[in-house]
Amino acid sequence: MSAVTVKDLTKTYGKVEAVKGIDFEVRSGEVFGFLGPNGAGKTTTISMLCTLVNPTGGSATVAGHDVVRERDQVRQNIGLVFQDPTLDGYLTAEQNLRFHAELYGVPKPLVAGRIQQVMEMVALWDRKDAKVMTFSGGMKRRLEIARGLLHSPRVLFLDEPTVGLDPQTRAAIWGYINKLRHREDITIFMTTHYMDEAEYCDRIAIIDHGEIVVIDSPEALKASVGKDRVQIHTGDDDTAITALSERFGIEAAVHEGAVTFAVASGEEFVPRLFAELGLPIRAVSVSRPSLDDVFMSYTGSTIRDAESGTGNEWMKAMVRR
Amino acid sequence: MTTTDPSTRDDVVSVRMPARGLAHDLRAIKVVLHREMLRFVNDRTRMLSMLIQPVLWLFVMGTGLGTLVRGSIPGVDYRTFMYPGMISMTVIMTAMFSAGSIVWDREFGFLREMLVAPVSRGSIVVGKCLGGAVVAVGQGVVILAMAGLVGVPYSPGLMVTLLAEMFLAAFTITAFGVTLAARMRNMQTFFGLMQMAIMPMMFLSGAMFPLANLPSWLHVLTTVNPLTYAVDPMRQAVFSHLSVPAQAQAVLNPGVRWFDWQVPVPVELGLIALIGLTLLGLAVAQFRKAE
Repeated sequence: MSAVTVKDLTKTYGKVEAVKGIDFEVRSGEVFGFLGPNGAGKTTTISMLCTLVNPTGGSATVAGHDVVRERDQVRQNIGLVFQDPTLDGYLTAEQNLRFHAELYGVPKPLVAGRIQQVMEMVALWDRKDAKVMTFSGGMKRRLEIARGLLHSPRVLFLDEPTVGLDPQTRAAIWGYINKLRHREDITIFMTTHYMDEAEYCDRIAIIDHGEIVVIDSPEALKASVGKDRVQIHTGDDDTAITALSERFGIEAAVHEGAVTFAVASGEEFVPRLFAELGLPIRAVSVSRPSLDDVFMSYTGSTIRDAESGTGNEWMKAMVRR
Repeated sequence: MTTTDPSTRDDVVSVRMPARGLAHDLRAIKVVLHREMLRFVNDRTRMLSMLIQPVLWLFVMGTGLGTLVRGSIPGVDYRTFMYPGMISMTVIMTAMFSAGSIVWDREFGFLREMLVAPVSRGSIVVGKCLGGAVVAVGQGVVILAMAGLVGVPYSPGLMVTLLAEMFLAAFTITAFGVTLAARMRNMQTFFGLMQMAIMPMMFLSGAMFPLANLPSWLHVLTTVNPLTYAVDPMRQAVFSHLSVPAQAQAVLNPGVRWFDWQVPVPVELGLIALIGLTLLGLAVAQFRKAE
C-alpha cells in the first residue's frame, strides 16, 4: 500500500495557483523528498496532506485516509515537524511530550516508556526535566522530531527539518532520521531546499511553480542529466584531444586548464583511458552530476536563483493561518 | 538507501491508537487544563502581581475611601462592602489573563500543536476555559483567606457559595476572553482590547460602588452590564452572613432590579451561565472557522 497518494491536487489563493494539479505517490517505508525553491508550492502541498489547508480540487489520501473526509484519522496517523518551533518553552521537555501523548490519545500504560524511547533516540533523555526555553535551536528541532514520533505515526512529515541549523546539527538530525527509519515502521515525507540533503532520500520530486517537474531516485535523476565530467592533465593537451577523438570518438576541450570531456560512466572509462590513450596522464578527476545540476536541467535555474524570484507562499500561508 | 528488513528492527514499542471517542476528548480537555495550571504555578511573578492589586484596592483604597464615607453607612466597614467586589475583580483579571494565553500560544507556535491534533476544537476551547476558571478560583481562594481582616465570617456555607460563584464567573469571563482572542495575532492588541472592554464593565458592575440611588443613565448601563450579575450574587452571599442595619443594607446591597422586579440570585447565576455557554459556543465556532 502506498503511504501517500495524490491525484490532481490543486490549491488556488484568489487568482494565484499555488499548486496546479499535481499527481504522485509515496511508497510505504521510503524517504520521499519534496524539493523546490521557496514559493514553489512545497508548503502548500504539505499543508494539504496534513489536513491544515483544504484543497481547491483533486484528492489525496495519507496512510489510506482521505485528507478532507477523514481528517481525524489522517491526523492520528501522521507526525508533523514544522519549520517554526511549536513547543511550549515554559514547560519541560518531558511535559511537552506528555501533553502531546494525551492529545493524541496514546494508551496510558505506554506513555512513559514511549516518551523515554523517543527522547533517547534523539539523545535528549538526560535533559528531560529542563525547560524547553533553555534549549538550542538544534535541540528544539530534535525534541520536535521526537514528539512527532511519539504516537507512532505511519507517515512523518518534516517541513524543512534542518533549516536555520548549523552544519553539525544538520548532520546530527540526519543521523537521527536515518536511525529512525531503521527502527520504526515509518514513511518519511520531507521538504527541503538544501540540495545536499536531497541525497538522503530514496526518491525526490522536484516542484517548481506549483507543478511537479520530475520524480525519481537521486541516482536516476543524476543519470538522466547525463554524463560524468572527466578532466585530465597531460603534458600535451592538443595531442590528447586528437587522441580522444580518434580512439574513442569523444569531443574534448580545454576548460579550467585541463582537458575536459563527458562520458556516460566516468569511473569505468578511466581504466580504458589509461590503457588506450597512448599518452602519459598526470592527473585525472571524475565528477558526477550533482542534484544542483539536476535541478538546473529541469527548471532552468539553480535553486538559489529560483528563490530570489517572485511569490512567497510561506508568507501567505502564515497570514492565512 | 534501502528499505529495512522488518526482522532486523529493534523491538519497537508500537503504539496503535484506539478509535476516537468521548474518552479521548475528555483526555484532551484534561491535559489542556493541566497545562494551564502548570503554567500558572510556574509563573510566580504573575501570581504575585495578581494578588497585590486587590490587596492595594482593598486595604489602601478601601481604608482611604472608608474614612470618607463612614458617616453615611453606619455600622458597616467600607472594606466589607468592597470585599465581594475585589473577589470578582481578581477573578475577572485572572480569567482574562488565562484567555490571553491563547494569543501567546499562537505567537509562539504552540497553538498549532494543539490545532493539528486529532481532537475536536471544542475540547481545546473547553479545556482552556476550565483552566482559566480553575486558576482564577485558586487566586480567589487567597482573597477568601483574607475574609477575617475585613469582618466577613469564615462560614463554610459562605465559602462554598463564593467558590462556586467565582468558578462560574471565571468560566464565563475566560470564554469571553477566548472569543476575543480567537482571531488575534499579538498580545498588545489583545490586552489593549481587554482593557477597553473590562475596565468599563468593572466600573459599572457594582464592584467599587453600590448600585443604589444612581442617576438613571448610569442605572441603565449597570443593568445591561453582564458583570453586574456576576458581582451581585457574591455580594448577596456575603451580606446574608453579616448583621447589617436595614438602612445600610438598602444602600450597600440593593440587588438588581428590572423595572420593579427584584432579580433573584438564581436568575442572575443562570444568566451568567447562559452567557458563558453562548460565548463558549462562539469561541469554538471561531476556532473552527479560523482553520
